[in-house]
Amino acid sequence: MIQFTQASKRYPSGQDALRNVSFHIKPGELAFVTGHSGAGKSTLLKLIALLERPSRGQVLVNGQNLSRVKRRQIPFFRRNLGIIFQDHRLLFDRTVYDNVALPLIISGHSHNEIGRRVRAALDKVGLLKKEKKLPITLSGGEQQRVGIARAVVHKPPLLLADEPTGNLDPELSQEIMQLFREFAQVGVTVLIASHDLALIQRMSCRQLILHNGQLDQDVMPR
Amino acid sequence: MRKRKPQPAPARRSQREGASIARTGINGLLGRYFTHHLQTLISTLGQLLRSPFSLFMTTAVIGIALALPTGLHVVLTKAQYLSGELEGTAQISLFLKNAVNEQQAQGLAQKLRQMPEISQVRFISRQQALAEFKQNSGFAEAMQALDDNPLPHLLVVQPVLAQGNSERIQTLVQQLGQHIEVDVAQLDMDWIERLYSILDFLQRGAWLLAMILAMAVLLIVGNTIRLAIENRRDEIIIIKLIGGTNGFIRRPFLYTGFWYGLFGALIAFVIISTTLLLLSAPLEQLSLLYNKSLVLTVLDLETTFYLLLVGVLLGLVGSWLAVGRHLKDIEPV
Repeated sequence: MIQFTQASKRYPSGQDALRNVSFHIKPGELAFVTGHSGAGKSTLLKLIALLERPSRGQVLVNGQNLSRVKRRQIPFFRRNLGIIFQDHRLLFDRTVYDNVALPLIISGHSHNEIGRRVRAALDKVGLLKKEKKLPITLSGGEQQRVGIARAVVHKPPLLLADEPTGNLDPELSQEIMQLFREFAQVGVTVLIASHDLALIQRMSCRQLILHNGQLDQDVMPR
Repeated sequence: MRKRKPQPAPARRSQREGASIARTGINGLLGRYFTHHLQTLISTLGQLLRSPFSLFMTTAVIGIALALPTGLHVVLTKAQYLSGELEGTAQISLFLKNAVNEQQAQGLAQKLRQMPEISQVRFISRQQALAEFKQNSGFAEAMQALDDNPLPHLLVVQPVLAQGNSERIQTLVQQLGQHIEVDVAQLDMDWIERLYSILDFLQRGAWLLAMILAMAVLLIVGNTIRLAIENRRDEIIIIKLIGGTNGFIRRPFLYTGFWYGLFGALIAFVIISTTLLLLSAPLEQLSLLYNKSLVLTVLDLETTFYLLLVGVLLGLVGSWLAVGRHLKDIEPV
């Protein structure tokens, strides 16, 4: 599903964010990217989401060579992804329902289809009763779950999460991780950048450990 | 507006999937596409109406900018029409040479009456002219001091001409001046000529003004849209992150520009109509003087149509420029 081949990223400032990173994540796999802050976790996710392009090397996502994706095609490529952000990135002037519906509106689904899928996604994250609320009235954990519902509502084959539990207490974090595990079980590839080592230990999943931009260890689950 | 790309693909798929979802064929997709446009149109209107004061401020400025050249255009069109009517009253005075006697003058008048371009020739003898002059000028006593009648015989020629043919009148004047009996041929239309050049000048001025103010409208709309883009920066980034095309992001801003232009044009319409209404009373008096109907209280349909069209186009172009310029700067990182 995701294949990095000798991928490097040097920012215009001269900073080497990633150096010769190679790995392969299979469909339906749940994997963590860890490492100290500045190790390159965010950059790695950005390369997959085409927010950045590698300076050298190759990135394949879902069989697609990202260097061949033209600027104009990027939006259509991103519709294959579900992205979850640490700061949720919700639209605060719209209801929970409208927030979750956004990816479906963008790709032009019918009204009925949108209603059905949005409610299914909200049900999945346990927020069906809050669909008419504004995000600002929800707790941090609930906001994050709205973000997750929005990321999965269009049923993407690949889910990316950047520090999804960064601001949450351990119990809520555990719940969120459980959700990710469920998505992986139904065949969604999930890649999570996180430095919450305790949590990752408990999950016993594959870990890509970055150190100063290099892939230090690729730990397979026991 | 560019169509979004992925539409043909789901259409093909749904056809393959069979009759149960056949209604989401290309028609359904097109319908959905237009539904989405309609929804965006309505929702941008709703968004604008939620802050009516700022909507009014912006559209009032646009309205004033549109009303000025449009109002000028309306007045000038009317004035041109009026001057065309006045052209019908043009007369050519033929002052005959002193040596020409009354009989020769009558002969010439007769000859001229045969010409198709001339509708009427009136002969005024020097005696008549003198009497008239004495009566009207108040110089009667001074005239008595003269031994001779200094005035020549005069032929007043009324040309047959449709309006707007000052050139043909000029040639006719020249032609008449070439008759051997004629001393001076004079067109009593100099003031209309002058009016024409003033109108021409004003017309050009109106166009220039219109162009400058059109630029102003573009800038106003552009700046307003720029601020709107700035305010929704986060939203734009989020939409880009989850796969919204530039067209999708551009659409609400373009429709916002559309509404600004439309409302601006409507305000311009109200301004012009009010002004015309206020001017209608003095104009009516003027029209009594000229026996012409000058009353215009409402903007005519054609001008209104063009006013709305230009308003909407300026709104769209202004927002298009702003969106094209500023959306590029907003990229998720």
